[in-house]
Parts: sequence; C-alpha cells; structure tokens
Amino acid sequence: MLLIVCPYCGKRPEIEFTYGGQAHLVRPAKPSELDDQTWTDFLYMRTNTKGIYAERWRHARGCGRFFNAVRDTTTDHFIATYKTGEARPMLRASAAVTTPSGVASPAVAPSTGAQSAAATPGSTTGGPR
Amino acid sequence: MALIRRGLSGHLGWQPQWRKATLKASYDAVIVGGGGHGLGTAYYLAKEHGLTNIAVLEKGWVGGGNTGRNTTIIRSNYLFNESAALYDHSVKLWESLSQVLNYNVMFSPRGVMMLAHTVHDIQVFKRHVHANRCNGVDNEWLEPAQAKEFCPLLNIEDNIRYPVLGAALQRRGGTARHDAVAWGYARAADSLGVDIIENCEVTAIERDASGAVAALETSRGRIGTRKIGVSAAGNTSVVLALAGVKLPLESYPLQALVSEPVKPIFPCVVMSNTIHAYVSQSDKGELVIGAGTDAYTSYTQRGALHINTHTLDAICELFPNFRRMRMLRNWGGIVDVTPDRSPIIAKTPVKGLYVNCGWGTGGFKATPGAAHVFAWTIAHDEPHRINAPFTIERFRDGFLIDEAAAAAVAH
Repeated sequence: MLLIVCPYCGKRPEIEFTYGGQAHLVRPAKPSELDDQTWTDFLYMRTNTKGIYAERWRHARGCGRFFNAVRDTTTDHFIATYKTGEARPMLRASAAVTTPSGVASPAVAPSTGAQSAAATPGSTTGGPR
Repeated sequence: MALIRRGLSGHLGWQPQWRKATLKASYDAVIVGGGGHGLGTAYYLAKEHGLTNIAVLEKGWVGGGNTGRNTTIIRSNYLFNESAALYDHSVKLWESLSQVLNYNVMFSPRGVMMLAHTVHDIQVFKRHVHANRCNGVDNEWLEPAQAKEFCPLLNIEDNIRYPVLGAALQRRGGTARHDAVAWGYARAADSLGVDIIENCEVTAIERDASGAVAALETSRGRIGTRKIGVSAAGNTSVVLALAGVKLPLESYPLQALVSEPVKPIFPCVVMSNTIHAYVSQSDKGELVIGAGTDAYTSYTQRGALHINTHTLDAICELFPNFRRMRMLRNWGGIVDVTPDRSPIIAKTPVKGLYVNCGWGTGGFKATPGAAHVFAWTIAHDEPHRINAPFTIERFRDGFLIDEAAAAAVAH
C-alpha cells in the first residue's frame, strides 16, 4: 500500500485516497467551437506515461480535497505532491525515461520556483515528461 | 509414450519447441509483443494469409506478460452485438484450438457462473441473458438453489452481507491453460517459418517521407518492415507514442493469486462483479483467484495487498469451506483500459501500423479470436467484419461499445 503525502494533512495510507487520473487537463472554454478531434483528445486521450507522471488524487476519507502529485509510474515512487492550482514542479531533464521499458529514473528533485509555459496549470500537455 | 521413453532415458533427449531465431534485416511484417495475442496473430498471418517472412518481437520472454498472469476465464456473454460477435468468435476458436495447433491448451468448458447480489444485478443479468440469446450466445438465469446445485460449495444463506439472489450461467464458458496457449501458438508459428525473438525491445519506429512505417529500431538492431502489428497490452501507449499515435488508454495493475493445491473440489468458474470475487480451480489443484485493479496507473507489475484481501473477504463469505486455506503466491500484471472497456483492434492514423489493445482486465478469453481478426486486418490493410466496430475513431465519432456500463467492473 502506498503512503501518500496529502498537502493539507500529511502522510496517510493509500486507502484514504481516490485516484483522479492525469493532472493539468483543462476543460476547453468553448467546447462547441472545437472540432471533433480536439474534443476527443480532451475527453479520452491520455499520455499514459511510463515514467514521471503528474496526476490528481483526492483525500476522500480525510480532508476531502483534490491535490496533484508527481509520481514515477515505473516505480510508484512519489516525487512530490502539491496543491491544486500550483504549478507542476519542474524536474531536471535527467528524469526522462529513455527506453520504453523504463530504466529506473535517477534521483530527481523538484527545482525551486522554476516554471515554464508548458508547466503552468492550463497547459493540456502536462509539462515535460 | 514419448514421456515414458524419455523418462527411462533420464529426460535428456527433449528438443526445444521452437527455434532460437536470429534476427533478419527485414521482414514483411513484424508483430510487437510475444504473448498469446501476438503469437496467435503471427500464426494466423502465416497459416491463413501466407505471410511467413515475419517476426514476433518480445521484450521479455514468450508468454511472460499478461498471458502468463491472468486467471484464464473464457466466456462470451457480453451485452452488445459487436462484443458478442467478437468474443463468441473467440470461444468458437477455443473449442477446436487444441486440435488445430496439435497442442493441448486444456480448454475446459466447465461453465462460468456470474452471481447477482442486488436487484440491479438481477435486472442487468437477465437483460444480458436475453440479449445473448438474440445473438446466439448461450446464457441462462439460475435461481439461488439452482446455482448451488451447479456449484455445491456456494453459500446461498441469507445471513451474509451480500446474499446470492441468483446467477447467470454460460455453460460454454470455462478456462484454458494460459502458458500452453502461448507455447502452442509459438510452436505452430515457428513451424511455419515465423521468427520469434525474445529479449528484443522496440526503441523507435522509423517512417518514410510519406509517413508510412519503414523500420523498427530495437535493442537488438534495426529491422526494415512495411507492416507493424502491436499487441503490447499494458505497454501499448509507450510503443505507439514512438510513432506519435495517441490512444485512449490507461495502464493499471491487476492482481491475481493462487492457493495451495488441493484435491478437485470446485467444478466451475464463479465470478461476482459486485463484491469482486473471481475463482476457479486449476488442474493442478490451486484455487485461481482474480483480484481487482489498483486505483492508480502504473507499469510496475505489482499492486497493493489490500486489493487482494478485499477479494478474499468476498470469497470467504461465498465459500466458507475456503476460510482456512492458505494462499501460495500473488502477482500483478499491467492492463490497458479503454474508457468503454472494449478493445481496439484497428488500423492507426500511421500507414502500416496496426494495433490490438485495450483489452483491460479480460483479454485472455479473446486470444484466438482477436489474433485471428487482427491478422486479417494486417494482411488486408482493412478490418475484418467482426473487428470493424473496434476502431480508435469510435471515441471521436461517438460509437462507443460501452461494456463498462454493462459490466460495471471486471470482465
């Protein structure tokens, strides 16, 4: 069972949480003006990343609040959790998984304060992977 | 006879069932993924479409992914016409597979019984029974006493938390020996000239100026090919991302476990979607138990223990005889799940690239059928009538085959 750090309550066991899927997906402002493929991409297409992945969790049996996490899906190691609305922590390029089987990532540390256009909430691409 | 002869000579004379092939510089088609689906696809390509200059690439070992990790349940009692056609095509192939491959896959149509615990379950299952009969798929409704008659260990008392209110039974459903399916297809494909390459991982997909597939870069070198069929289960998103193709998939861990082996005690397959219990007994005597998926996406091939204990809670309620049995081992596989819980067997936007994925928690049952129609799709560059509805574009066009709503949880 995973131990997950809720940004509001601290470290709690996984059974207190529900999973919310890929993070930083933003509903388009005017869906009726989109073409079908763009709307489909928003509704259904997911990066399903093997490696460093930003995702939503909800502390359903605790404070009840949603928050975001960055986790390595090849090891299930949580690298960071942060409040909804905050930018995704930037990770050094060395965190990138180089092969499809996912060579275990080297140590990755969130760099402080670094932001880019791709990492700000509102980007549907979810930042560097 | 051979077994006795080899036994007397110290089991020294056995030959490998397929060659250790060396990789060629190019092939007419390459299948990525050496599980039952990929090996079956190669077999049908060689057998029915005359494509023998093909290779199956497997990054681990043959049958070491979900083919070797599932609970081997086979059934076809799905709600929608498209699904019934696809899964029943598979069940029909299962029925003769041992003869066709000349390899005992131990298909055992012992009956799959799905338990109803709520009024909603009863209504949904009866709807399935009627829909299945319209599609020529056998499925029948059992009252609790009839269910107990079919599976005598079942607890139908009303003093448990979720009493059994009835069941749907597909008698043609059952189990097969998972490893034998991979090995049988591997041996048959190999004898038709297919190269099976283990420990070979795809690292890039090359495309020519027109955008069509031109070659594969692998951990064992470059391979030229105009056709690539991907049957990579949980890793499909990763492989197709190499060609820039996006898919509506998420990969989750799915766990299973087996008990210590005991004498034959359990005559059928019992599934309970509502309380998450899936159990049968293997010919070795182990209870084979399927647990649920973990909550989060992952590629680790392992999951959390509380998922397994949740399933065992349900099994101990339904089958009090099993309360003192010990569990021998547990494991996980990575399953690729689509939003509507139906698979994708289709061409992709990239010319020459085909995909068979999205089987979620229930791909083993479809092994022969999916491989058969996927081979057709690769050979003809257009889908077979049966898999024509299972496209990627159905998500854009709104033609979902929503077995997610029909089955609620696992298949």
